[in-house]
Amino acid sequence: MTHSSPAEKTSAADRADAGAPILEAVGLRKYFSVRGSKLFGPRPVVHAVEDTSFALYPGRALALVGESGSGKTTVARMLARLYQPTAGALLYRGAPATNESRSALLAYRRHVQMIFQDPFSSLNSNHNVRYILGRPLRLHRHARNRRDERERIITLLNTVSLSPAEQFIEKYPHQLSGGQRQRVAIARALATRPEVLLADEPVSMLDVSIRLDVLNLLLDLKERERLAFLFITHDIASARYFAEETLVMYAGQTVEGGPSDEVIQRPKHPYTQLLISAAPDPNRAEAAPFQARGDIPSLITPPSGCRFHPRCPHAMPVCRERFPGRTTFGGGHWAHCFLYGEGGSASDAAATQTTALSPARRQ
Amino acid sequence: MSNGVFTAGARPLLEIKRVSVDYRAESGTVHALTDVSLTLERGQILGLAGESGSGKSTLGYAITRLLKPPAEITGGEALYYPRTSRQGMGTRNGAAPAPAAVDVLKLTPGQLRGLRWKELAIVFQSAMNALNPVIDIAAQITDVLRTHQPGLSGRQQRARAIELLRLVGIAPDRLHSFPHELSGGMRQRAIIAIALALGPELIIMDEPTTALDVVVQREILMQLIGLRNDLGFSVIFITHDLSLLLELADKIAIMYAGRVVELATRDELKRLPRHPYSYGMLNSFPTIHGERRRMVGIPGAPPDLRSVPSGCSFHPRCPLAFAPCDRVVPALRQAAAERSDPAVACHRYDPALSSAPPPTNDEFAARYAAAYQAAREGRRA
Repeated sequence: MTHSSPAEKTSAADRADAGAPILEAVGLRKYFSVRGSKLFGPRPVVHAVEDTSFALYPGRALALVGESGSGKTTVARMLARLYQPTAGALLYRGAPATNESRSALLAYRRHVQMIFQDPFSSLNSNHNVRYILGRPLRLHRHARNRRDERERIITLLNTVSLSPAEQFIEKYPHQLSGGQRQRVAIARALATRPEVLLADEPVSMLDVSIRLDVLNLLLDLKERERLAFLFITHDIASARYFAEETLVMYAGQTVEGGPSDEVIQRPKHPYTQLLISAAPDPNRAEAAPFQARGDIPSLITPPSGCRFHPRCPHAMPVCRERFPGRTTFGGGHWAHCFLYGEGGSASDAAATQTTALSPARRQ
Repeated sequence: MSNGVFTAGARPLLEIKRVSVDYRAESGTVHALTDVSLTLERGQILGLAGESGSGKSTLGYAITRLLKPPAEITGGEALYYPRTSRQGMGTRNGAAPAPAAVDVLKLTPGQLRGLRWKELAIVFQSAMNALNPVIDIAAQITDVLRTHQPGLSGRQQRARAIELLRLVGIAPDRLHSFPHELSGGMRQRAIIAIALALGPELIIMDEPTTALDVVVQREILMQLIGLRNDLGFSVIFITHDLSLLLELADKIAIMYAGRVVELATRDELKRLPRHPYSYGMLNSFPTIHGERRRMVGIPGAPPDLRSVPSGCSFHPRCPLAFAPCDRVVPALRQAAAERSDPAVACHRYDPALSSAPPPTNDEFAARYAAAYQAAREGRRA
């Protein structure tokens, strides 16, 4: 294996792009009903995720970026089949994966595994590493006997750089540091030999000096095992570091997406621009003029149209009326914003005036 | 962002001298803080950066005397230099003979009460836990005023509360909100408002924005810098996020396993970190701009404070470690003859121990890359 940079990998992955996606989300939507304040009133609904579509490819990562409450974890949980989507479809290798038998769900989960944010609560503290890693091996019949199981556990521990592996196999979670725990959690996800890893903020609970180590381990896995990654993060810089493609979510809506470098160097949507101007950047010459107002809205009564409009410095009347269609900028970069016109979607022609108000459209 | 509100040559605000803190545990004594010395100038923002267990919060709590057993301050002093005339916030031009310094670590509880809030306030990480959930914001602000300024009338207290909320960007109509009615960012603002209530000279902030989203974090930091420029207080800002300090702090102390390993101005640290750990930390953050390349980070993990490595506690992770590092504890000293140079605790800067020239950014990069490569190959073998 060569010591290749993420940039080189992008081009390698682009060659693989011709391949079919492993996992596809098509128009995913999730509403949660919550208890209302009125006894006989209608049950209020949290509009957590609206109409989200993307595809995951082998050896590539898609970063889902957004603040807390943007719906990114809900998306991952739908993909892990922990939540049933309210609408939309999941396609695994082109075939719909929806409510089916237990055995079909087990087979799905063999291929799609999740890494959680907090390794302090995602590992059962009553069991040692041997049990934690042995269980998926047994459940998915990857180990023939106890000796086989032990060998596989040792291999897994070596894969995640917990060495000497023999020393870790009998340890309990409380005897491990945060970074070691997260490595065990990664090993557990790898035990079923999955094709897709859903990593929900996999390093944000770890110490700074360990984060990069764990990120690099995941990058190695992406390259070597050709895993497809959904990488959830609030840190736009690590999205750029880890993922070829980035999708920005705001209050349950996907607002912008495309190649990570495009999205982060040339952000189109005002929210993406806000997010980037807020990120710490030691190389920033002077404090950027930073404009933000208001907070993330309630998702029980979300703002109409584009949910960012109450905070958007460029908001127009039309933004309140409906969600903008998708405008493409070439190279796979797109955004949902009326600043760039009506987008490619079929929309009524009444709002042509807004196009005139918008800045010159690029490309 | 920094520009000197403080004047050179003036008395410092706080001088921390060789402070040590131990935690007495059944399994033995943990040295959470060893011989830490720092100086805070007036109006300065001093950043304390380190990972968990580095002692950064312990230091903050030690100088505010908030440590409780089993923690114990085993030595050192924290000299606080009070201002001569206090005419309230905004007007600061004391010229009369300065009162003597007080050692915060030796104050009686009664004397401490006089110091707290009026001179020195603290902002904690968790805004939800720091506010009382069953009392509205107004009452929590006026509570401070009632206790420390009993002369104020109810009307004056209320006026002051509104003024404070306005300072931190909360509309006065939120005065009677309860903590659960405020967003995370607003709660943290309310806490900053309470900290400002008596116009303190020094505010210690322990990870004040860590639990917040980036956009809110940036808003609050901008506000903090603005308030510092207007009111002239000093800040000790404790965080694990070095990239934040590089934008915010005037001076940065890097802590590792209970010691300060480097003390430098923000610009100097950015230009040329002196300690190998500082270099590793600075290069552990992916960046938004610039070339996309594989970064290497620091090998290994921070030590368990119950069994800190001998000599320089960073030596097992250090790609530049050489003979004396596992035997002799390096002292914090000037990296070079210049007085303005950063202080660093590393044997590579000691001519008596190292004949090699002080490391450069290129040497750091090469050594870290080699260590990373070796670890990768070891993994595969």
